[in-house]
Amino acid sequence: MNNDRDKNIVIKVRGLKTMFGDNVIHNGLDLDVYRGEILGIVGGSGTGKSVLLKTIVGLNKQSEGSIEVNGRIQGTMTDEEDRKSRREWGVLFQDGALFTSLTVAQNVQVPLREHFDLPPDLMDCLSLNKITMAGLPLDAACKFPSDLSGGMRKRAALARALSLDPHILFLDEPTAGLDPIGASAFDALVMELRDSLGLTVFLVTHDLDTLSRTCDRVAVLGEQKILINASLSEVVELDHPWVQDYFKGPRARAAGIKSRNVENGMQPVLV
Amino acid sequence: MSGSEYVTISPFITVETSGTTAMVKLLGDWTLDNAGQIDRDMHQVAGLCQNGAILDCSDIQGLDTAGALLVRRYAQTVENIAPAVLTGVLARHKNLLDVVSACPPSAPTQPDHDSWYITVLYEMGESAFSFFRSAKNLLGFIGLVLSRLFGALFEPSRIRLVPLVHQLEVVGLKAMGIVGLISFLIGAVMVNQGAVQLAKFGADIFVIDMLGISHLRELGILLTAIIVAGRSGSSFTAQIGSMRLNEEVDAMSTLGMNTLDILVLPRLLAMLIALPLLGFYADVLGVFGGIMMAWFQLDITPANFIVYFRDVVSLDHFLAGILKAPFFAIVIVVSGCYHGLAVSGSAASLGIRTTRSVVQSIFLVIVLDAFFAVFFTSIGL
Repeated sequence: MNNDRDKNIVIKVRGLKTMFGDNVIHNGLDLDVYRGEILGIVGGSGTGKSVLLKTIVGLNKQSEGSIEVNGRIQGTMTDEEDRKSRREWGVLFQDGALFTSLTVAQNVQVPLREHFDLPPDLMDCLSLNKITMAGLPLDAACKFPSDLSGGMRKRAALARALSLDPHILFLDEPTAGLDPIGASAFDALVMELRDSLGLTVFLVTHDLDTLSRTCDRVAVLGEQKILINASLSEVVELDHPWVQDYFKGPRARAAGIKSRNVENGMQPVLV
Repeated sequence: MSGSEYVTISPFITVETSGTTAMVKLLGDWTLDNAGQIDRDMHQVAGLCQNGAILDCSDIQGLDTAGALLVRRYAQTVENIAPAVLTGVLARHKNLLDVVSACPPSAPTQPDHDSWYITVLYEMGESAFSFFRSAKNLLGFIGLVLSRLFGALFEPSRIRLVPLVHQLEVVGLKAMGIVGLISFLIGAVMVNQGAVQLAKFGADIFVIDMLGISHLRELGILLTAIIVAGRSGSSFTAQIGSMRLNEEVDAMSTLGMNTLDILVLPRLLAMLIALPLLGFYADVLGVFGGIMMAWFQLDITPANFIVYFRDVVSLDHFLAGILKAPFFAIVIVVSGCYHGLAVSGSAASLGIRTTRSVVQSIFLVIVLDAFFAVFFTSIGL
């Protein structure tokens, strides 16, 4: 079992240390992400969730430790290998990070233009396909990001992240700022895409609903490392003050996360 | 049609036209890397499928969404002529082909472009309208700012001292280096070049008249105003504009703070104080540059220069220059702040507004200067 899982590790982080100046964000952080799972990263504000994501995708340089994606150690590759490996992942930034001067369809076509030489009608076809996949109506294709609502912008950014058919999807707080209906639709979309495209999803979130609905495993970031990386029902039981506060607060109850009730000895269940 | 006939189009497609319907075998990796070639090949094959086609997907090795889309796209191309059937879909590809269940209908991917002559006409009309609109808005804004300013004179508590001092430092003190350097050099160059020309008439001593009059009346204050417009006007627009984008300006109004009092008045007062001072400083440094150059080039000692300078250059010349400073100050601050407050939407708008504010304030400074020149001449100052 253990051996079998080893083969399927997509992202392997070992002994990661990141710091800004004298401020240590992570120290000795280990993390495994398995193929085909949706891994949720949680942690209090300022524990470096987004920094971890940015470090893995290579936007931040770590001061110590190694990051392996698909068996290749990041930072030791040649420029060409690096460029190729970047095709393997799609990143959805917190605010979408769409190029404001381009329409949604042109935004989706940017990576296609950069990496391939395709006829324009095929590119239009591909981009429209990704736009519908991300759950946007077709008439959004020729709109500019500033004409879209927050939820639509997230979907457009997702369409761009998907445009090169990545195997790993990094999502940085995808449901932040969306209304509950939009957020749960986005959750459903992420799960559907994972199932149909076989994606591995690395999801940084604060949203307890998203955690309980979509994530196969949850990694809790705190004290500069990963406190626990396990299924939600196990995480809920971890004896750590922050985890207890987080998963046993009123919001967690509202999200349907239940934990062992001391009085009647119920098993943790996910509703 | 007789006998079986195999046509290999490419590593990705072979066609067998034995029966009435063509048997199309799809081979190899149908992935994004090969999408360009597959798309080209597909157009070739479509002609062979006049009587319908069976698309056999059982030999497809790798498939991604782009490949699935191509399969769908091809099926549709054939479908437009004759029936097309998809067979032999492998279990591991079924999911993908289900997700990409159809080729999306074509839809515009970029905004409509008008033909060029319409665009030219449209832009001419648009810029004419926007010129008058922005002139009107700017006049309105000047009125608003001046009314707040005079209001503040009767209610001095509205003037915020700390921002005022801060702006004085930024606008005035920190501009002294560049303003001084440029004035010094221009003064020196005036004497240097003027002396060469005037020497032809044996009148090189008149460089002092030339320098004194042109620098004090025009160049000193004009250069200062242009430098300050480029330096501070642009930063006013950028500061206020990014506050607009950050919704800070909206936050101020909801907190019952007057945005003009907070954002514009300190800058305006600071500029009204700093620009005349900077103008005076520029005059001094310009004349000093002239003195230095005259000393080295024409052997006119500084003492002689100053004695002669006092005789020929009256106070009027200095006043004619420095009187313009407050007006320039108003123009620079108003256009910088106006464009800053007009920023909306995206970061692109901030860039456009910053450019516009600098161009506009320099333009207005020079136009105003021309008016003053004519005015002073006609009243004999």
